[in-house]
Amino acid sequence: MRLPEGGRIDRTKPLRFTVDGIEHTGCAGDTLASAMIANGLLTVAPSTYLGRPRGIFAAGVDEPNALVQLDDPMQLATTVELVDGLAATTLRGKGRLTDEPDAARYDKRNAHCDVLVVGGGPAGVAAALAAGRTGARTILADEQRELGGSLLTENRLLDWLADAVEELDALPETRVLTGTTAFGYYDQNFVACASKTRLWHVRAKHVVLATGAHERPLVFVDNDLPGIMLASAVRQYVNRYAALPGENIVVATTNDGAYGTAFDLAGRVSTIVDSRSEPPAELVNRARELGIEVLAGSTVRQALGTQRIGGVRVGDREIACDVLAVSGGWNPAVHLFSQSQGKTRYDERKAAFVPDKSVQAQHIVGAANAVYDLTGCLDEGFSAGIEAAKMTGFDGEKPAAPYTAREVITDPHPVWFVDGPEGRQFVDLQRDVTVADVRRATGAGMRSVEHVKRYTTIGTAHDQGKTSGFAAIGVIAQLLGAESPQGTTTYRPPYTPVSFALLAGRDRGELHDPVRKTPMHDWHVRNGAVFENVGQWKRPWYYPQPGEDMKAAVLRECRAARTDVAVMDASTLGKIDIQGPDAGEFLNRVYTNAFAKLKVGHCRYGLLCKADGMVFDDGVVMRVAEDRFLATTTTGNAAAVLDWFEEWAQTEWPDLEVWFTSVTEQWATIAVVGPQARVVLAIVAPDVDCSQDAFDFMTFKDAFLADGTPARIARVSFSGELAFEINVDGRAGARVWDAVMATGLPTPYGTETMHVLRAEKGYVIVGQDTDGTVTPQDLGMEWIVSPRKDFVGKRSYQRPDATRPDRKQLVGLLPTDPDELLPEGAQLIAPDTPLTPPVPMLGHVTSSYHSAALERTFALALVKGGRQLIGRTVLAPLRDRTIAATITEPIFYDPEGARRDG
Amino acid sequence: MLLIPCPWCGDRDETEFHYGGQAGVPYPERPAELTDEQWGEYLFVRDNPKGEFAERWSHSAGCRRWFNLVRNTATHEIVR
Ligand SMILES: [Zn+2]
Repeated sequence: MRLPEGGRIDRTKPLRFTVDGIEHTGCAGDTLASAMIANGLLTVAPSTYLGRPRGIFAAGVDEPNALVQLDDPMQLATTVELVDGLAATTLRGKGRLTDEPDAARYDKRNAHCDVLVVGGGPAGVAAALAAGRTGARTILADEQRELGGSLLTENRLLDWLADAVEELDALPETRVLTGTTAFGYYDQNFVACASKTRLWHVRAKHVVLATGAHERPLVFVDNDLPGIMLASAVRQYVNRYAALPGENIVVATTNDGAYGTAFDLAGRVSTIVDSRSEPPAELVNRARELGIEVLAGSTVRQALGTQRIGGVRVGDREIACDVLAVSGGWNPAVHLFSQSQGKTRYDERKAAFVPDKSVQAQHIVGAANAVYDLTGCLDEGFSAGIEAAKMTGFDGEKPAAPYTAREVITDPHPVWFVDGPEGRQFVDLQRDVTVADVRRATGAGMRSVEHVKRYTTIGTAHDQGKTSGFAAIGVIAQLLGAESPQGTTTYRPPYTPVSFALLAGRDRGELHDPVRKTPMHDWHVRNGAVFENVGQWKRPWYYPQPGEDMKAAVLRECRAARTDVAVMDASTLGKIDIQGPDAGEFLNRVYTNAFAKLKVGHCRYGLLCKADGMVFDDGVVMRVAEDRFLATTTTGNAAAVLDWFEEWAQTEWPDLEVWFTSVTEQWATIAVVGPQARVVLAIVAPDVDCSQDAFDFMTFKDAFLADGTPARIARVSFSGELAFEINVDGRAGARVWDAVMATGLPTPYGTETMHVLRAEKGYVIVGQDTDGTVTPQDLGMEWIVSPRKDFVGKRSYQRPDATRPDRKQLVGLLPTDPDELLPEGAQLIAPDTPLTPPVPMLGHVTSSYHSAALERTFALALVKGGRQLIGRTVLAPLRDRTIAATITEPIFYDPEGARRDG
Repeated sequence: MLLIPCPWCGDRDETEFHYGGQAGVPYPERPAELTDEQWGEYLFVRDNPKGEFAERWSHSAGCRRWFNLVRNTATHEIVR
C-alpha cells in the first residue's frame, strides 16, 4: 500500500510498469521492489528447488528472493530503479540471457585520488566532507542513487544531509559517484567501482571504508514465508518510499536496532519479541507508550500460514500478523575490508565479526566498524576523513558534529536457530538450504564453514551469502556446541554481480585486441586473400582464384614457387636491431651457434634455447656492421625474444655494451621465391647483380631499387628454392610490393604455401613442430649447436636426458594412402596397439599438408625414438577411421639442396 | 593489481610489468662444472616464502628495464 504522505518519492511523476504482465503504477524515486510493495505485491516467484512461496525480504543488495528478469537476467527488484514502461518477470532461480547483442556503450575510466570514501551513509558523507574540505582530491562512491544510507531509512538529519550533498558537489577536488558500487578491492588501494555503464579503476592514496552493515535474518520454523522481512527493510520501505508492506506487524529481534522500525510504524505494530531477558528499559517504556507489547526473553518459534504469514508462535502463544519484521543482529559489511587483506575477529559482545587489522592504507568506520549509534558514526567519519587527508599531505580541522546525542546501544543476544523441524528452518533462502542440511554437513564431519558452504551450497547464489553467510556460521556453532562462531568464508570480488559487458567496456568486437596489419595489407584485401591470425597479425593465408578452394589455391601457389616465381609478404617476421661493441659476443652467448665471427654483409640462421635446453625461437641474423646486427624472430614470438634478450643483457651481463630495439614495423619484407626470382629482381632492382657468382647464398646487399627506394636485399630461403628477400622502409612497403607485382611475373602466396614449402624441406616452425619440451637433438639439429663455445642452455643440452633414445624426435610421415591427410595434432600409436584406455601413445602429428611437388600428402611428427623407427608403420586412430603412415626422414624434397641456386 | 615502483618511470600498474621470479639467482659461472643436480637446482628450484621476498620485475610495457624489489608475499606490500 502507498502511504498518502512522506517518503522520498515524487507522487507527481507516476511511472507505469508491469510485473509478470500485469500493469501497475509507481512513482519516480521508487525501486521496483518499493513500487511492488506499494501495489500490494509482496510475493515473488517460488523458491528455486523446493517451490515454496517467497516474498520480498530485504531492500537492497542483500535481497535473496526478489529476482526479476528485465532485458538483463537476474536483477534484484530491490536495486532496480523504477522507470516508465519497465517490464519485469519474477524469476524462480535462473534467468536467461537475451540473444540480442547489448547495444549500450560501456566505458572504463581510470581515476587517481588522495582519498576514496566507499559508502555514502552518515559516516561516509562525514569522511568525504572532512577530506574534501582540506582540498584533498576526494572520491565518494555509493551504490545508491542518493547519498544518505541509513539516514534515509531512519528519517534522520535529512537537512544536514541535503547541505552536505550540496557542499560535496561544490568542492572543486571532490567527486561524488552515486549509483556506483565499489565491488573489488585489490592491492595498493586499487578499487574497482561499477556504475551502470562505467567501470572505474580507482587508485587511492588512502581509502575510508564506510560500507555499513547488513541486518541478519532469524532462523525458525517456516521462516521463509512471504511477509517475513528484515526489520530495517520494512523501515526503509515505509520511511523512504512510503510503501507499507502490512497493517499488522510483529517485530522479532535480538538487538536494539529493530525498535526503530516498531516506533516508526507505531499503530501498526502489535508486539516486539526480544530474545534478551532484559531489553533496555528506555526502549521498553517507549514501546509501551506507543501501545506495543514487548515480550522479553522470547523468540519466534514458528511462522504460521501457507502462502503468506498469518501469525507467529511465541512460546505457547499465537500472535496474528501480516508482516513479521526480523532482526537477528548486524554484520559489519567487511567484504571490501576483507578483500583488501584486512583481518576480522569475532566480538563476543557485539556477536559479530568486526574489523581487527588493516593491511593497506585505510580506515574503516561507522557500522562497518560495528559502531551503530549515529553520533559515533559521524565522529568516526569526520576523524577518518581528516586523518586520511593529512596522510596524503593536506591539512584541516575536523568538522563540528551536527548531532551529538548520546545513544547507548545495548548488547544483542543472538539466537542461531530454534527447537523444531530443522528441515523447515531456512538458512539460505536463495539456495533453499535448511538447518537440517547444515546438520548433515556437520554430521559428515565438517567443521569449517568453508567446507559446509561447499557441501550445502550456502552462500553460493547471486547474493553470495549476504543474509545467509552469518546465519550459517551461527547454526554451525550451535550444532557443534562451540562457544562462539568460528571464522567466516573468504570474501572475494565482486561484492555484487558485475556484467561482462561492463568489464569488457569498449574492448569488444574489433577493439577486443589490437590488429596488426602490414603495409601491403590493402593489396592483399583487394586481391582476395583469405587471412589468418598469427598473434595479433593479419597474414594472407592463401589467395584463392575464382572457383578455387583452399587446397587448389595452395597447390597452385606451391607449384609457382617451385617452378616459376612467387612472392610473399614476410613483413610480420619479428626484427630486432642489436647494436653495441659487444653485440657479437652477446649473440654468441644466446644462440646455439657462433655469431662473433660472422662477416659483415653475411646472414646466418640461428637457434635460441632457453636455459632448460628447450628450443625457444629461431631466425636469420644479418651482420650489418661490426657493432650492429639485425635479428629476425618468428612472427608470434618477437616480443618474447626481445624481452628475453633484455633480461640476459641487463641481469646477467650488465658489463656487455649491447642495446636492442624492436624494428618489426619499421621494415617491410617481400620474399621473392622460385627459379625465376632473378628475373623479377632484374626488373625491380636493376642495379643489383643477382647472379650466382655476384650474390652468394646467405649474404645481403644494400642497394637502390629501380624507383630509387633504398633496400636491403638478402639471399635467404625458407623454401629450398632460389629466393631473395627485399627489405624496405615500412612506409615504402606497399609501393615496392606494387612494383614487384607490376612485373606481371610472380604469383602471390600466403602462409599456408610457406608452411608447405618449408615442411617439404623439413624446416621446423618453432611453436608448431616444437612445444617447449623439444631439444635441438629432438629436431635432429645438432649441426647448429656449437661444440666449442658456451651458450645459454648448453649445460642442459649436455644432459644425458637430452639424448635419451626414446625421446620424441622429429620425423616425416607418408600416409599409406597418398590422398589421406593426417590431421595436425593426431595421436600416433604402434600397429596392433589395443584401443582400450590408457592407449600408449608414440607421439603426434605436428604439420600435415598436400604437396604439389610430391603429388601426395605428407606430414611432420614428433615420435618416441622416431629416428630408430624410420621405415616402420604407425597408426593415427581417428574418430571415424584409422590412418596408416610410414615413418620417414623429415625431408621430402630436394634433399641434396640442388635448387637453392636456381 | 599491484602498484609497482619502476626506478626509472615511477609508480605504474602491474599490467605494464613482467614478473621475473626470485632475485639473486645468478647464472652459474661455469655451468659445465655443475652436476645435473646442481644445474637442475639452478634451473628449477626457488624459494617460496610467506613474507618478504626479493624478486625481479621488468617494466616490459614501459622502459623495458629490469629491477629488483622486496615484496611481502602475504600482504603484497612492496617493502622496498
Ligand atoms: Zn620503467
